[in-house]
Amino acid sequence: MDSAYLIETIIKVVVVLLVFSALAGIGTYFERKVLAFMQRRLGPMNVGPYGLLQVAADGVKLFTKEDIIPTNVVGPIFKIAPVITAATAFMAAAAIPFLPSFTLFGYEVHPIVADINVGILYILGIMGVGLYGPLLGGMASANKFSLLSAARGAAVFISYEVITGLSILAPIMMVGSLSLIDFNNYQIENGWIIFNMYGVGFVAFILFWIAAFAETGRTPFHLIANDHEIIDGFGTEYSGMRWGLFFIGEYANMFFLSFVIPLLFLGGYGDGSFLGAMALLGKVAFFFFFFLWTRAAWPDVRPDQLMWLCWKVLMPIAVINIIIAGFVMMF
Amino acid sequence: MNNEQFNNRDVSENGYYLVDIEDYPTDGWGKFKRVVKRTFRGELFVGLWVVLREMIRFDIHTVSYPQEKMPIGPRYRAVHEMKRLWESDAERCIGCGLCEKICISNCIRIDTKIDENSRKEVSEYSINLGRCIFCGYCAEVCPELAITHGGEYENASDQREHFLIYEDMLTPLDKMKAGTQLEFEGFGAITPHEDERVKKTPLAY
Repeated sequence: MDSAYLIETIIKVVVVLLVFSALAGIGTYFERKVLAFMQRRLGPMNVGPYGLLQVAADGVKLFTKEDIIPTNVVGPIFKIAPVITAATAFMAAAAIPFLPSFTLFGYEVHPIVADINVGILYILGIMGVGLYGPLLGGMASANKFSLLSAARGAAVFISYEVITGLSILAPIMMVGSLSLIDFNNYQIENGWIIFNMYGVGFVAFILFWIAAFAETGRTPFHLIANDHEIIDGFGTEYSGMRWGLFFIGEYANMFFLSFVIPLLFLGGYGDGSFLGAMALLGKVAFFFFFFLWTRAAWPDVRPDQLMWLCWKVLMPIAVINIIIAGFVMMF
Repeated sequence: MNNEQFNNRDVSENGYYLVDIEDYPTDGWGKFKRVVKRTFRGELFVGLWVVLREMIRFDIHTVSYPQEKMPIGPRYRAVHEMKRLWESDAERCIGCGLCEKICISNCIRIDTKIDENSRKEVSEYSINLGRCIFCGYCAEVCPELAITHGGEYENASDQREHFLIYEDMLTPLDKMKAGTQLEFEGFGAITPHEDERVKKTPLAY
C-alpha cells in the first residue's frame, strides 16, 4: 500500500465526515422548515437570517450542555451507545460512491472511500449494526420508556432487515455484483433497475424504500423514539452531546440511504458526466425531502402493525419477486 | 356579524349529515379485502398532496409575536385604568370604595380623605396585580365608570406582588387634552343608545 493512496483515503474520510456532519445539522434545519411550511408555520426565524444559524445555536447548546450519567445506568454501555449509532452511520458511507470520478488538478479522484466488492452488503450490515445504539442505550438507561424503546428497536430490527435483504436480492441477481459502482455501470447499459425485468425492479424499489423508513426510524415507522408515546425512547436519559450523537447518526443515516436508493434503483450518477452527478444529487434531495414530507403527512403505525406489514405482507411479496426474477432470468 | 345561524340549533337542515362508516370486517377475507382496498386507493398520496399543497400555497398563519401583535377586543380585561371626566378633566373616582368591597381576591386597597373643599378625595389606591384575577367586577360595580380594564396585557415584574398605584392608572392629562382617552366597552360600560332607552324619572307621576 503506497502512501499516496493512504493520504488520499484519509482526506476522503475527513471530507465525508465533515460534509455529512454538517449536512446532518443542516438537515435538522430543513426538517424544521419543511414541516413548518407544510403546517402553515414559519419555523425557526430568529437566529440569523431566516433562522439559518439555528443549527449553530443548537450545536453550541449540545456541546456545552452538562453530560449527565444517571446513577442506576450501566455506565460503559450507556456511554458507548450513542457512539455506535453515529460511528456506524459514517462507516456505512465508506462504500457509497457519492459522485462520479472527476479530475482535480490533474489527479483523478474517486469519491468513494473504498470500492469493496461486497459494497451493498457492507452498507446494509453496518447500518444494521447501527441499531445496536438505540438497543444498548435503551437497555442500559434504567428507564421504563428507554426499555420499551429498546424492545421496540429489536422488533423493528428483525422485521425490516428481512425486507431490505430480500428486496435487493432481485437487483443483485440482475447485476451480478454487490458493488455500487457495478450497479451504476449496469444501469448505464440496461437502463434504470426500477424499469427492468417487467416490474420486478420496481417492486424491489418500493420494498426497499419502505424498509428504509423503518431503518432510519422515520415517521410511518417512527416507533423507537416515538415522542408522543414513550417520551424520547432510548434518548430519554441522554443529555448534551451524547444525545446529539444519536441525532447526527440518525440524520447522517437518512442522507446515506438517500444516496443508496438512487444508486441501487434509479440509475445512480449515470454516465459520470457533470449532468449525471447533478441528477444524482437531485435524486438524493428528493428522497431526503420525502423523509420529511411523510413526517408531515402520515400517522405512525403501531409496532405490531409494522411487524404485520413486514412479515405478512412485504416478505411474501419480496420472496415472490425473487422467484419471478429467477424465472425471467432463466428463460 | 350575524349570530342567527349559530342560534339555530336544528341540525337537520344545516347541511349536517352522518358520516358513512362501514362495518369493521370480522373474517379474514374481509380484512384482506380492506387491506387491498386501502393499499390501492391511494389514501396515503392524498395526505402527501394536502401538505405539499399547503407548502406551495405558502399561506403562513404565524404571528411573529414580539414584532407583530394581534388586535385585541375592546372588551378585553387586562391591566386596569383610571379614567377622567371628559368635561373637566377631573378624576372620575369619587372614592366610594365599592371596588375594594366587591373585589373577590382582595387585591384592591383604597384610602380616602376630606380635601380642602370638603370633598372626598382618594389619597391612596393600589391594586396587587399578583392577586388580581381580572374578573372585571371592579369595573362593573364602579358607579362613575372610573376604574376600567385596559388593553395592556404585557406585564413583567421581579416579584409576585406587582402593585399598581393610582397615578399609574390615571389617564395622563396630556392624553386627556388630546382627547385620546378611550372608553372601556366591557363590564360596567354604558350600552349604545342608552339615552333613548332609559326611562327618566318624572317629578310627579
